[in-house]
Amino acid sequence: MTRSGRFLLWSGIVALCAWVLVPIYLIGVGAFGGRAAAFRWPKGILPVNTSLDQILVFLRIEGVANAAMNSLIAAGLTMLFSLLLGAPAGYALARFSFRGADAFRLMVLLTRAFPLAILALPLTVIFIKTGLYDTPLGVSLVHTALALPFATLVTAGLFQGIPREFEEAAWVFGCTRFQAIRKVVLPLALPGLAASAVFAFVISWNEVFAASVLTVRERTLTAYLLTVLSESPIHYRFAGGFILIVPSIVFIFAVRRYLFALWGVTSR
Amino acid sequence: MNQRILPYLLVAPAVVFLGAFFIVPLVQTIVLSFDGGGTGNALGNYSRMVNDLNFGVSLRNTFMLVLVVVPLQLAMALAMGMMLQKIERGREMVLWIWTIPLGVSDLAAGLVWLALLQNTGYINSALFHLGLLDGPTPWLNSETPVTLFAAIVLAEVWRATAVVLIVIVAGLQTIPKEFGEAAEIFGAKPWRKFTRITLPLLKPSIQSALILRTVLAFEVFAAVYALGGRNFPVLVGEAYTWQNENQNYGVAAAYAVLIMVISLAATLVWLKALRTNPETQA
Repeated sequence: MTRSGRFLLWSGIVALCAWVLVPIYLIGVGAFGGRAAAFRWPKGILPVNTSLDQILVFLRIEGVANAAMNSLIAAGLTMLFSLLLGAPAGYALARFSFRGADAFRLMVLLTRAFPLAILALPLTVIFIKTGLYDTPLGVSLVHTALALPFATLVTAGLFQGIPREFEEAAWVFGCTRFQAIRKVVLPLALPGLAASAVFAFVISWNEVFAASVLTVRERTLTAYLLTVLSESPIHYRFAGGFILIVPSIVFIFAVRRYLFALWGVTSR
Repeated sequence: MNQRILPYLLVAPAVVFLGAFFIVPLVQTIVLSFDGGGTGNALGNYSRMVNDLNFGVSLRNTFMLVLVVVPLQLAMALAMGMMLQKIERGREMVLWIWTIPLGVSDLAAGLVWLALLQNTGYINSALFHLGLLDGPTPWLNSETPVTLFAAIVLAEVWRATAVVLIVIVAGLQTIPKEFGEAAEIFGAKPWRKFTRITLPLLKPSIQSALILRTVLAFEVFAAVYALGGRNFPVLVGEAYTWQNENQNYGVAAAYAVLIMVISLAATLVWLKALRTNPETQA
C-alpha cells in the first residue's frame, strides 16, 4: 500500500473508533456532571466539576436501586436458564444424528427471524393468573426465550469443536457417558459456555419492551428508565443511560473472542 | 441409557420451553387480535388499529427508519470489514472498539445521543463555537421532525451496525485469499475486485445480516422514546401504548400481528432477492 493510502486507511479507522467511543465518553461526562453540567452553555469537551456523588445521588432515588437489583436478578436467572436448557440441546445437536434434529435446528433459527419480545404481550394475562406478573422471574422467562436460540447454537458449535475421541477414550477407561462429559468435555467447553452465559446476561440486561410490559412495581432498570423518561430531569437520564452501558461494555470485552460464534452463524 | 432416546431427552427441555414461550404466545397473539374487542366483528381490533390517528404515521415512520437505517448500516459494515482486512497490527483492538455498541441497549443508545443532541448538548455547543448557532437550539421536538428523524437514524446506526459488521467479517474470513490474488494478476482494480469477487461471495452473509437487522429494525422503540418521546410514533411504541396505557390488549395484539407479518415478509424478500445458487458457490 502507498503511504497516502495507508494514511487514508488509518484516518478512516481512527474516525470510526471515535464515532463509537466519543458518544460514550460524553454521556459519562454528563452522568458524573450532574445538573450543572447538563445545562452548561456552551459545553467544552473536557469534564468540569464531575464527581462520583452525582451517580450516587441517582442511585439513591426512590426505586432506582430496586430496579437495578431486579435487572440483576432477571439477567442472572436468564443466564442460568438459557445455559441449563441450551447446553444439553447443543450437545445433542453436536454428538447425535437423530430424526427431528433438522426440524429443531430450523425452529431455533426461525426464532431469530422473529420479533420475540413482542410475544410478551399475551403472556401478561397468564402471568397475572400464575403470579409471575411483576416478578423478575417472569421477566427472565421471556428473556430466556430470547437467549436460548443463541445458547443452543453456540454450545452446539462448541461441542462440535471438541473431538469425540476424547470422550470415547474416557469411556474406555470406565467412565460413564455423564462422567465423561463432566470430567473431559465440560472443562474444555467452559470458556465458551461462560461466554454464552455472559451473552444471555447482556440480552436480558438490555431488553426494554418485554420487561416494561410485564412489570409495574418490580421494574427492571430499563423498564424503570423508560417509564420515568418523560418526567425525570435530563441529568438523571444520562446517569441511567451510563449505568446501563457500563456492564455491557465490560461483558462484550470478556466475550470478544466468541462474538463470531455468537453472531457469525449464517443460515448456510 | 438408551442411545436412541438420549438425544431426545437432551433436546426436550429446550423444545418444551420454546413451545411454551414462543409457539403458545404466538398463537395467543393471533387469537387475541381476532377476538373483536367487544364489537362482535372479528376484525374489530384491526379496524380500531387502522382508524387510530397514530396508525398511518407510525407505519410510515417505522418504514422510513428501516429503509434509511438498514442500507446505511450495510454500507458502513462493508466499508469497515474491508478496512479490517487491510490492517495487520491492531486488528483485534479495532474490532473490539467497533463492536462495543453490540452490548449497548437501544434505550441507552437513545440516551447517549440525547446527551449530544439536546438543546444545550455537545453538538449544539460545537456548532456555537464554529459560529453556526447563536444559542441553545431544540432539534428533538414535534416542530423539528426532520432533525428528530435524523437523530433517531444516528442513534440506530451507532448502536446496531456492529451486528452487521460481525456477520460480514465472519463471511469475509471464509473467502479464500487466492481469489483476490488471481483477480489482481489479471489486472483488476480494487473496486472491480470488490464488486466482482468479494460481494458475490459475501452474498450469504449479507443475506443473513439483512434478515437479522431488518427484523430488529422493525422493532425500533426505546431509542425513539429516549430521543423524542411521543413526538415520533412507531409501530412497537403504539403496541406498548395500547397495552400499558389504554389497557386494550386486543388492539395491542393486532399491532403485534402486523409487526410479525411485516418481519416475516421482509425475511422472505431478502431470502428471495439474495437467493444463492448452490452451484455457483465457492
